[in-house]
Amino acid sequence: MTTEAGSEKAEEVKEKAEESAAQTDQSEKATEETQEVTKAESEVNEKEKEKEKEGKEGKGISRYLPTWLKKQKSQSQTSPTKEAPPAEEPDSKVTQEEEAPAPEVNGHAEEVEEKEEVKSEQVREKEESHSNASADTEPVKEEKVEESAEKSPEETKETTEGEGAEEEKKGQQPEGEAEGGEGGEGQTSIFQSPLRLVRKSKMKLVVCHVTLLDGTDFTCEVEKRAKGQYLFFKMCEHLNLLEKDYFGLTYIDTHEQKCWLDPTKEIKRQIRSNNWQFSFNVKFYPPDPSLLTEDITRYLLCLQLREDVASGRLPCSFVTHALLGSYTLQAEFGDYEPDQPRPLDNIGQLTFAPNQNKEMEEKILELHKSHRGMTPAQADAQFLENAKKLSMYGVDLHHAKDSEGVDIMLGVCANGLLVYKDRLRINRFAWPKILKISYKRNNFYIKIRPGETEQFESTVGFKLQNHRSAKRLWKVCVENHSFFRLNAPEPPNKARFLTLGSKFRYSGRTQAQTRLASSLIDRPAPKFERTSSKRISRSLDGAPMISITEAENGREPHLELHSDSKVKEVDVSPGDAEATSLQSPGPSEADLSQDHDKTQDEVLKHQANISQLKRSFMEAPPPSPPQPNQWEKRLTSSPATTIRIQQQQVVSVPETEAAAADNTVSDTKEPAKTTEVEIEETVVVQEVSRAAKPGLVTVTPIPPAEPTTEQETSKQEVKAEEKVVTVGKEEPKKQESVSSESESEEEAEYHPNVSVSISHTQIPEEKEEEEEQEDDKRGEQEVSAPDALSLPAEVSKPEEEANRVEEDAGAEKKTDAEEKEDERETEESTDDPMITPDEAPNGLTLPEEGETGMSAPAEEEEEPKVNGEASLVEVEQRPQVICCSEPPVVKTEMVTISDTFAAQKTEIATKEVPIVHTETKTITYEAAQLDGNDGEPGVLMTAQTITSESLCTTTTTHITKTLKGGLSETRIEKRIVITGDCDIDHDQALAQAIKEAKEQHPDMSVTRVVVHKETELAEEED
Amino acid sequence: MANVCRYGFFTHAVVRGIPDTFGKKAGDSCENGEASVDLAKAQRQFGCLTGALRQKVGLQLIEIPPDPELPESWRIEDVAVIQGDTALITRPFKQQRRSEVEAVRRVMSELNLTVVEMGDEEGVSGGATLEGSDVLFTGREFFVGISSHTNHKGAEVLADTFRDFAVSTVPVCGGTRLKNICSMGGPDTIIFSSSDGAKKTLRMMEQLTDHHYEVLTVPEESAANSIYVRGPSKRDFLLHRPAEECPDSMPAFQKLEDYTLLPTACSEASKLGASLSSLCLLINRKHTYF
Repeated sequence: MTTEAGSEKAEEVKEKAEESAAQTDQSEKATEETQEVTKAESEVNEKEKEKEKEGKEGKGISRYLPTWLKKQKSQSQTSPTKEAPPAEEPDSKVTQEEEAPAPEVNGHAEEVEEKEEVKSEQVREKEESHSNASADTEPVKEEKVEESAEKSPEETKETTEGEGAEEEKKGQQPEGEAEGGEGGEGQTSIFQSPLRLVRKSKMKLVVCHVTLLDGTDFTCEVEKRAKGQYLFFKMCEHLNLLEKDYFGLTYIDTHEQKCWLDPTKEIKRQIRSNNWQFSFNVKFYPPDPSLLTEDITRYLLCLQLREDVASGRLPCSFVTHALLGSYTLQAEFGDYEPDQPRPLDNIGQLTFAPNQNKEMEEKILELHKSHRGMTPAQADAQFLENAKKLSMYGVDLHHAKDSEGVDIMLGVCANGLLVYKDRLRINRFAWPKILKISYKRNNFYIKIRPGETEQFESTVGFKLQNHRSAKRLWKVCVENHSFFRLNAPEPPNKARFLTLGSKFRYSGRTQAQTRLASSLIDRPAPKFERTSSKRISRSLDGAPMISITEAENGREPHLELHSDSKVKEVDVSPGDAEATSLQSPGPSEADLSQDHDKTQDEVLKHQANISQLKRSFMEAPPPSPPQPNQWEKRLTSSPATTIRIQQQQVVSVPETEAAAADNTVSDTKEPAKTTEVEIEETVVVQEVSRAAKPGLVTVTPIPPAEPTTEQETSKQEVKAEEKVVTVGKEEPKKQESVSSESESEEEAEYHPNVSVSISHTQIPEEKEEEEEQEDDKRGEQEVSAPDALSLPAEVSKPEEEANRVEEDAGAEKKTDAEEKEDERETEESTDDPMITPDEAPNGLTLPEEGETGMSAPAEEEEEPKVNGEASLVEVEQRPQVICCSEPPVVKTEMVTISDTFAAQKTEIATKEVPIVHTETKTITYEAAQLDGNDGEPGVLMTAQTITSESLCTTTTTHITKTLKGGLSETRIEKRIVITGDCDIDHDQALAQAIKEAKEQHPDMSVTRVVVHKETELAEEED
Repeated sequence: MANVCRYGFFTHAVVRGIPDTFGKKAGDSCENGEASVDLAKAQRQFGCLTGALRQKVGLQLIEIPPDPELPESWRIEDVAVIQGDTALITRPFKQQRRSEVEAVRRVMSELNLTVVEMGDEEGVSGGATLEGSDVLFTGREFFVGISSHTNHKGAEVLADTFRDFAVSTVPVCGGTRLKNICSMGGPDTIIFSSSDGAKKTLRMMEQLTDHHYEVLTVPEESAANSIYVRGPSKRDFLLHRPAEECPDSMPAFQKLEDYTLLPTACSEASKLGASLSSLCLLINRKHTYF
């Protein structure tokens, strides 16, 4: 969701711009935001001081948390924005920018490295960029962003996306203004600023020819330096297509290979020839087309599939050919009319199958008769229902050889990677089973998660024809994995100092995101004509023109078969504006709207629309969770990833939790009850490309856990057992490790693990923790990737954290006494191969409870693990998310707030630890006194973990009963994880969580609130 | 896909009687050293099976008369793979069995099935061998066991015939056949033997599939081969080996709720490496596209 968040931010910025053209106003706002951020950060960091200047506003604890999020967001926004601050302090600025997303601005030497890269870029940018360099870097950034937004919404978008840096360099500001009109809308990180390229209106224009799915040709002019995105949005606009994330543009490269046009890069650089010829194609075949919102989308998918079928790319049996053909006839020609001069006599001129014969045509006609009364939309739907079941539906095949030189085909699809020999499927690697995807020269590798009975992960290698095909396959894998498997696109790799590898990442919206966006579409169904496309046009060559009257329901009865011009006929109807606005929530949408020609007014309109969209988006219902393949679950024992989206559009990372359980809170009879609330927020900020501007912002706030709800318990308990096993597996899936790609284009890596925010049960008291083995286990499982982040937390809670660390890192820093426990945990974890937390390459650890400020050293130690990752991790055999070559970039801040009760006092201690891209903040709020159980080891009566997932948040609850001195104490720990990239009102979320906790357990007191925020910064190249 | 519907809907069963030469290898009549089979008992068991299919399950039964020249012709499952309205006439591994297909082919044609041949001996599919007892169709996809009787080329022909479906190859350990260790026990249920070899095959199948199946594990290998039919009466029938033949697996079958269990003896045929499903071909002629 990072992208979305980023987009939102961008939108916000835009809105601001709209509100007051005056940059100052905006800047003020920005500053405010920054201030908030800074506040949080500042506490910890010195740099923050600067920020603080801007706005220090005491905010309730609850605010802190959210603030951070906000801050992060804002920062991220800012950072992504074209900072191009004046050359003056490029480095510092750059660093700030880069880091900006991360709450902690403190200069970290380590970070500098990254920054350096950025710097160079920035420098370039500086030249171009609006230099609003202000003393306060962050605020400045925001201002800049705003400005840019005003001037060129496009640019801002780009910046937010992070890609824009390069383009920006090219002197976009002026352009940006010009383009601003165009780009006003969505600033989804997904599609990074297409506009940039366009910015300079005086650039040379190039004529692009795009072959549409119905075979017609679309011509449009784009600026020579336009990005792929720009052209793509032009196309979608032309087609009146809102659900565009399933589609893409292809071109034929100099080696006659069909390639996907990268929306984030300049077209010119990709095609490497003067042949500006493209075709519009389906890039991601939706597994269930019935879930698409609009008929026009289904229609386009149908067109693609018809071609796939007719060309033999999608093999099917005779009967299926006939059936699909009959639906095609019904959709394009309407009911079979026996009386009519039979246009269908020309059926032979339509291509339905590669080896079509008379028998098939007769069968098609026969079946066509049976479809009488079916509307075109229904016929399309039926077509898709049948097509989607074909085994090769949506499978993108690549020629390869296996390790023994045998010719095989590698098929990339929604579920994973398939291996075919001839027509036979001989192997299959589901995404959850794949730990890493990489290529080196013409070799393509996948690292496989060890099976239940295996101890070591294995790597499978394939040979492709050449390095280009290997890279192409790799890219397709990365994109498919991201689209189908992730909640939000993985941030581009952090720009590593010394890594040269491809940083390519999928930049668009994921399926989950696009579904969410689609659910917001409420325009009237756009009118469009179904043309008989190529098949007919082909027949027209010598054949008489046919005009057929269709009895489509409410649709245009008259279909012209001449197709060329028709495609364009999409009626936008009144709904257009709305539609666009709807789309705008995603950055990509914004892009769509971008037109050079748009006037200022239009721009404003757009922006208004965007804001509307944004609002609606926020209100939008959470997207349906991805449907896990159950078999897979069993096999891998990994649970499916669940996607939860907060109302605010925040997608919370799915968490699985095993609950062992028994007692509900109500059961506890003990007098003293303590409720711990942990809040973890994780913000992942992606910085795109060289520009230090982070385009995508992912916020993964993990709200603190509140006391478990009985309801939850009941639900979860049932599941708990299963989950326990699965949890570990799922987590890895969820977390996508941001793998650093190493090396030149010749090779790159991608770690497809889905990062899961894990909620650990925190046991406030170490002693208790010891007792609670179950908790630990959970914690371990849950912990998964985020170890690095958790470090601070770990320090505070040596046990759990230590365990995690050990598990993840392999160990090294076990905290003292707790090692034993850890060991146990590890053992347990080992039992479940899947459980390995690992892969949080990004180093986002979900801090669990950093009650007290963490000791910096401890964090550091851990950090190395995180960063250093690979080697250690690999040894352990746990899924690694981390790339070896990356320098440590994770910053961790822990803030501990001690409060008597209400969580309003703030005492914040912050320490920063330089870590690589991830920044973590943990705030712990403790009631003045723990119930006194703290020091004493109690007897663990019961340990229960309850996990409930709400749309936006994941809550893990641990209930511990301890017997102390004859008194039994019940301690409930709740961990809430909020993940999202959009602006979440964290304060509110936190407040709500605490409130709920109190309500649920009126007889208990809240003793501690720990807020952990994680921000990840990644820079992208490529 | 036009051909997709839940597994188990059948309207017809094709069987072939047990010849007097049952248990004897074609060509030499004296050889039958290891397995002493009881012809009469085999014929009785065959009668029980066909009776159950016709009277209990309610299928239309087509019985091809036995041919003494073809001692193994009763293993009719081997000679055709039927899905939807397409019947692939296979090429059994044993040369002597290849003439068994002729009678079956005729029946398939009479049933208006689209008959597909394996192709010429010498063609692209030369050397391809395929037997139906190595093919598990789940309703969603095919698994072809690469065994002593079925090879990759044979599987390729099958994949080329049933293009709508994923066709995955899985190893079958030892000298057994895929259907000896597993069979369908419901629309989404596979009955699997718990032997080590079977587990290996199961793991591979799990790895290869996109779908989710329930797995019913039975301790005895003989129990792993059953016949599931959702009859015209819309009830679930499972023909399985009786308690005498697989006592330990009864509890597993009891787990199938709302099933009508039909214990059907098959001790004689099993001595020759066959099992219940070997004795019949199941066909759905009431095929609807949805």
